[in-house]
Amino acid sequence: MNLLGKLDWGAIPFDQPIVMGASAGMILAVVFVLSWVTLKGYWPYLWKEWLTSVDHKRIGVMYIVLALLMLLRGFADAIMMRSQQAVAAGGAQGYLPPEHFDQIFSAHGTIMIFFMAMPFVIGLMNFVVPLQLGVRDMAFPTLNSVALWLTASGILLVNISLVVGEFAKTGWVAYPPLSELEFSPGVGVDYYLWALQISGVGTLLTGINFVTTILKVRSPGMAYMRMPVFCWTALAANLLIVAAFPILTATFAMLLLDRYLDFHFFSVEGQGNAMMYVNLFWVWGHPEVYILILPAFGIFSEVIATFSGKPLFGYRSMVAATMAICVLSFLVWLHHFFTMGASANVNGFFGVMTMIIAVPTGVKVFNWLFTMYGGRVRFTVPVLWSIGFMVTFVIGGMTGVLLAVPPADFQLHNSLFLVAHFHNVIIGGVVFGVMAGYTYWFPKAFGFKLDERWGKASFWCWLIGFYVAFMPLYVLGLMGMTRRMQHYDNLAWQPWLLLAAIGVAVILVGIACQVVQLVVSIRARAQLRDVTGDPWNGRTLEWSTASPPPAWNFAVLPCVAERDTYWMRKQRARATHDQPAQAVEYKPIEMPKNTPTGFVTAFFAVVTGFALIWHIWWMAGLGAIGAFATLLAFAFRDQEEIEIPGEEIARSDRARQAEIAG
Amino acid sequence: MSNMRYSLLAVALIGIATLGGCSEGVLDPKGPIATAERQILFNSLGIMLAIVIPTIVATLAVAFWFRSSNWRARYLPNFSYSGRLELLVWSVPAMTVLLVGGVAWVSSHDLDPRAPIASMVKPVKIQVVSLDWKWLFIYPDQGIASVNHLTIPVGTPISFELTSSGVMNSFFVPQLGGQIYTMAGMVTRLQLQADHAGAYRGMSANYSGAGFSDMYFNVDGVPPEDFARWVTAVRSTGPVLDALTYAVLCKPSEGVAPLTYREVSPDLFTGILVSGMSGMRRNHAIRPTCAVPERAEK
Repeated sequence: MNLLGKLDWGAIPFDQPIVMGASAGMILAVVFVLSWVTLKGYWPYLWKEWLTSVDHKRIGVMYIVLALLMLLRGFADAIMMRSQQAVAAGGAQGYLPPEHFDQIFSAHGTIMIFFMAMPFVIGLMNFVVPLQLGVRDMAFPTLNSVALWLTASGILLVNISLVVGEFAKTGWVAYPPLSELEFSPGVGVDYYLWALQISGVGTLLTGINFVTTILKVRSPGMAYMRMPVFCWTALAANLLIVAAFPILTATFAMLLLDRYLDFHFFSVEGQGNAMMYVNLFWVWGHPEVYILILPAFGIFSEVIATFSGKPLFGYRSMVAATMAICVLSFLVWLHHFFTMGASANVNGFFGVMTMIIAVPTGVKVFNWLFTMYGGRVRFTVPVLWSIGFMVTFVIGGMTGVLLAVPPADFQLHNSLFLVAHFHNVIIGGVVFGVMAGYTYWFPKAFGFKLDERWGKASFWCWLIGFYVAFMPLYVLGLMGMTRRMQHYDNLAWQPWLLLAAIGVAVILVGIACQVVQLVVSIRARAQLRDVTGDPWNGRTLEWSTASPPPAWNFAVLPCVAERDTYWMRKQRARATHDQPAQAVEYKPIEMPKNTPTGFVTAFFAVVTGFALIWHIWWMAGLGAIGAFATLLAFAFRDQEEIEIPGEEIARSDRARQAEIAG
Repeated sequence: MSNMRYSLLAVALIGIATLGGCSEGVLDPKGPIATAERQILFNSLGIMLAIVIPTIVATLAVAFWFRSSNWRARYLPNFSYSGRLELLVWSVPAMTVLLVGGVAWVSSHDLDPRAPIASMVKPVKIQVVSLDWKWLFIYPDQGIASVNHLTIPVGTPISFELTSSGVMNSFFVPQLGGQIYTMAGMVTRLQLQADHAGAYRGMSANYSGAGFSDMYFNVDGVPPEDFARWVTAVRSTGPVLDALTYAVLCKPSEGVAPLTYREVSPDLFTGILVSGMSGMRRNHAIRPTCAVPERAEK
């Protein structure tokens, strides 16, 4: 028996220069960062203030850091795909053999959905929702930290697959029978499955945490119909997480049983049914796209209202539309495979249901339009992202409805038209949304604004790059080009693919602008400093506290009497501005204590996942025991919270008042 | 309605622009099914452009007019509700969806891939098997078969039965009509027809592994007399496709040159189908060996 299971030196692809180069680059970067942190002596600070933090704001920031890193990784995959398809025409094979190309498109999809979009959206919700609700933390702060680190575990496993072994060659959906052991005997699919199982548990925990927080932990007077719309969309998205992610976990569990224990859930033999996987995958998969887009809709609602200097138009409509989408998103999954050969009634039903979702979505677009109507729109970077979104998303929605007409889908399914459509809504919707949110809430998180000029440059590159990269794919889809082709013989496609590659280069410039923007802004943070905590003349509670907010968020929990409560408070203060402020009584605050539970659990999760992938059974056992022991150690802790004395809060609050006054 | 005019214009422009660069695709149909599907694509697009274009224009116009530097624009800091506008906001998308939804429902039934094409001509039956990574076409009534090349008589409905030897693929000839999945152990059905003689491109539209990119084939639409001649020619030469030769054929291979079989075991297709359903398949070798189908062995 081999002590290391299937693992040996053959697992490291020494013969593939591109993979080895990328791996070496990645390892060098990690070593550089680690040694820099060590040399500067930052470890104690990092460990105490960040890695073990249960503060929702810091967890949110860490999620977003992960998401930005994975954006770079996933985008590197995109560059390789576009350049391969730009050259591999006629008899040419390009520079990526199928063996490698197939891993790249699988990794691109997996990383962008699970490890870029999800952490970005969850990170923004983490940072913003408790502040908007006017409370001090999430309902379960330690669970929040565990969820973050489990997501990080999944990310680590996917990136290990680049160096040790391989990633799935099945596409990001990993349909059986292709993903069964019979057709994918390597460890690629196992990396995919275990990485997503581990991070999926983290996502489910996050969902439970947010639903509980929004339903049970709100400041006094924060009735449901007074919540900012972003909180509503966060509630809807997390209800979807709670309802949908267990389906994904169960589906992957069945595929794992097929692969590890010779079960026959989805296999060709033994009366397995692969289409059951396809159904279950999309029963999770369609709500998943709304898990991503609903919070983005929330961000646009906040941004457009704030920068128009007006309340959101049709608040109740917005809430109704959000919740309608939340329910309807579970009734449309079959539109991902109309070409399965279901009956006309089934296809017709799912086609019509899909279009019905377009109604509440259309309502939202019109409501944003009427929010700007009668406003004084300041064209800041978040507003540019929002308007870019409104125009782009409407086009993506239209092609989506087109694909929902079953006979049209028979012609366009799995083509580059489809690829163009979902990038149209995910880039034009989710990415533009999180970029707007990142720019909008950055000063709240760090106390200084991001550089405006580089932000605008980045927006225009992204917008133009998006159109140049993806409009050609619509055309190619109509020309009959299917997705995931490593090479093709039809030379008429090549000019369009070259154009798409140019578009990706323009997006690359946009991403470079964002990196520069961050560096420039950090260097000029003194000039970009915002001491008021309210740089945009905001409407909701997060702008009423300091930037960055203290660990306890609010010195005194705000009392909420209406919608846009901070805006109304400012209006009243203006009306009565000569009266002295009321004396505030500062009470001591109980805050949850930092704990390494999340980090340590995640460490053991990585060990277990890696061991299961390589069939190193003793190590998997040790990892599982370690994770359980960590849980026990946490359960037997004797101190849960620390008390922050009233004087300290008073000192911090008065210092802020003085700073604003000075 | 002026909106409708713009939308028709846009459809025309998009159509011309793409047709110009595209002589093989979805917008250049050569049969009744593909033509009907293109019509549905255009109808749905037209209905939606009628609302999408005004929305985009209005978004840009409102944002621009109400820019903070424009002091001629009226500032309405408390305008956040209007019953009439809300009614409009809900009913405009609802009406659009009513129209497109109607198109979706009716066309799902009209263009059900299983529904036979109304025609005076007797359909030609073809059984399709997707293999790793090539296509096997069996003509059960003629008793012949071909690999990676499909010959069909024009003006004749073709009635396909499709399955897969293992991994899922999608059978797709864009100029003749929409695609359908091929799945092991299951049969899907598709009806297509070519109205004009010519060579059309067919392919797998569902990624199926390493050899996927080369999994395409040519479809030759020929006059019925030529088709009969072709059948006679195929019958006179080439190997026989039985359980043994099938076991060799279905081993994974890429970029296979077209070939024909002069004779096919009559129950081969059923055998492949059943082997996909029963537990009587291969041992767990690294790659599937495509064991000999049970029933075809007799």
